[in-house]
Amino acid sequence: MAILTLLQAVNDALHTKMRDDERVTVFGEDVGPKGGVFLATEGLTREFGERRCFDTPLSEDGIVGAAVGMAVNGLLPVCEIQFQDFIFPAFDQIVSEAAKLRYRSGGQYTAPMVIRTPYGGGIRGGLYHSQSGEAYFAHTPGLKVVIPSTPYDAKGLLIAAIEDPDPVLFLEPKALYRSLKGEVPEGSYTVDLSTVRTAREGSDVTVFCYGAMVPVCEKAAATAAEGGIETHVVDLRTLLPLDEEAVLDAAKRTGRVVVVHEAPRFCGYGAEISALIAENAIEYMEAPVRRVTGFDTPFPNTLEHHYMPDERRVLDAIEGVASF
Amino acid sequence: MTGLQQILNKEGVLVGEAPDLSDEQFVELLRNMIMIRSLDGRMLKLQRAGRVGFVGTATGLEASLVGAAAPLLPKDWMWSGLREGGAAITRGLPLFEYVAQMYCNSNDSAKGRQMCNHFQHKGSNYPSWSSVIGTQITHGVGAAYASARRGEDVVHSIHFGDGATSSNGFHSGLNLAGVWKAPCVFVCIDNGWAISVSSAEQTAAESYADKAQAYGMPGVTVDGNDVLAVYAEMQTAVERARAGGGPSLVVLKTYRMLGHSSSDDPSKYRDDAEVQSWAERDPLKRYEAFLIERGLIDSSECAAQEKAIVAEIDEVIHEQEAAPPFPLRSLVEDVYSEVPRHLRVQFNQFLEVAERRGDATRGDGAFPL
Repeated sequence: MAILTLLQAVNDALHTKMRDDERVTVFGEDVGPKGGVFLATEGLTREFGERRCFDTPLSEDGIVGAAVGMAVNGLLPVCEIQFQDFIFPAFDQIVSEAAKLRYRSGGQYTAPMVIRTPYGGGIRGGLYHSQSGEAYFAHTPGLKVVIPSTPYDAKGLLIAAIEDPDPVLFLEPKALYRSLKGEVPEGSYTVDLSTVRTAREGSDVTVFCYGAMVPVCEKAAATAAEGGIETHVVDLRTLLPLDEEAVLDAAKRTGRVVVVHEAPRFCGYGAEISALIAENAIEYMEAPVRRVTGFDTPFPNTLEHHYMPDERRVLDAIEGVASF
Repeated sequence: MTGLQQILNKEGVLVGEAPDLSDEQFVELLRNMIMIRSLDGRMLKLQRAGRVGFVGTATGLEASLVGAAAPLLPKDWMWSGLREGGAAITRGLPLFEYVAQMYCNSNDSAKGRQMCNHFQHKGSNYPSWSSVIGTQITHGVGAAYASARRGEDVVHSIHFGDGATSSNGFHSGLNLAGVWKAPCVFVCIDNGWAISVSSAEQTAAESYADKAQAYGMPGVTVDGNDVLAVYAEMQTAVERARAGGGPSLVVLKTYRMLGHSSSDDPSKYRDDAEVQSWAERDPLKRYEAFLIERGLIDSSECAAQEKAIVAEIDEVIHEQEAAPPFPLRSLVEDVYSEVPRHLRVQFNQFLEVAERRGDATRGDGAFPL
């Protein structure tokens, strides 16, 4: 089996689906001959021609709006927003149009499309190349929100997203693009959306995380194990619709929960996990749920390593809930 | 649609009427262009050495930056994109602040919060751009409206690249300004490439200036490598705005000689022959030839001036290397006018963890709650 980076796995998924299905169409800013600013679309124009993978003018609103129209009329658009920070001009098209089309048409029209976009910090990109905006989108009924954290999942989830009958926002943790390698099967395979992945088994504390926080939590869990705390690490990998049963099972298993994300805390995704547990599993809880998150501030630049949850902060929370 | 406005041809020979400038002003334009090119060279060196994170160069665009900024008065405003930092220097941004912003150190007026190449200078009415393309266009229009409503005699010069003409901000901004007759000038620096997307792929219009007609304002296409033509056309547009005549769109046709940024490899998407053809239209060489012909400088003075500028930049770099970064507390400051309680709590909790774990900088102490 090939050993690929997460970035190569995304590229592999796009090649694989474009070979399989003539309708799959990739477009966005700089995705053509340049192959994307991170090279996620490298080689697509060369192999499939400009009709299947092409550059667009600099208009996120135009890119996503046109994707909706293409999807309505029989293509399978996989558009790229260069950085998630630049998605907001397209917010209207995502939230008002793509996500609501099926509902408002009584199922007569649908928008099976994927919006791929790199997100998250760790590359010294400052306020506008680092944000984690997943909570804005997870609050949008009709949309699916997917975040891989391994090369295997990146390929399998992206292919599943392209095959999915509904619009999917596919957030790629750019900090992991090249830092992580793993086995990736050749050819087409899918990882089911709305399933979680157990990244590590444990019986003392459960940590919920996703994206670039997964390896951080795994490291913290390994260190906690040296001190005798066995941590169960769950990679949520689809934030919407969430596999709530799996989350509750994992929470009940230990009765001690930590939720970790880069995004700000207030109304962040951790609040939903925490509320889900409070409503459905409070009687199993041995400690209050702890959240380890970014500050409730814009994303910093020079101080980003202090803003982003690190192994130290996650370990502190694991030990805190373990000893509560 | 007008043809390409030019005063100096690519050999530096006058083919139109030179603007009415003093000898000192003519020479100052060159000095400013040399400053921009020298800064690019120095910053790229620092980037390769890992001292600064990112450089968005202006090599090739010097005449467009300098010529467009020069007709503005100190009270006027300039709304910028990625590559206008050199123009800010000509309007008063101190060199040390430019370099400090590149280092994101404690002398950076934005407190190290923005990526490199996001300059600001309140003293010369120069807000920084965000990174989001085209958003400054409507800001400039709103600010121009505010100036006009207070009856100030102030013009807002709104700068953006060719890619930004596809953004929502371009359409909304030009449309609003046209309707409001806002005292502003839209300056589109068409440098041929929005990262890897050529201007031919960006618009089906022959020139971005054609778009002005749709918003009810004049549009002009200028040879952006001809500093005198840029100056003259900008002066016309600025005077029109100042006189209450409303906005105009000035398109400066030039060429980004280097990559989009220090992390871009342009050879992947454009021909070297195209780059070479623009090298022959170099804005500095052309203008130097004109000044030499006029007897305002000689070629040895040119080299001496460049040497002096590089030495000045190097001295500033040396100073800024030594400046410390901003303290940890700045993480939660400036989010609101005062640090609210929940952010004080978050910061103090962060310090507690740092203290327990023993391996993080304590910074400058906890907030009182």
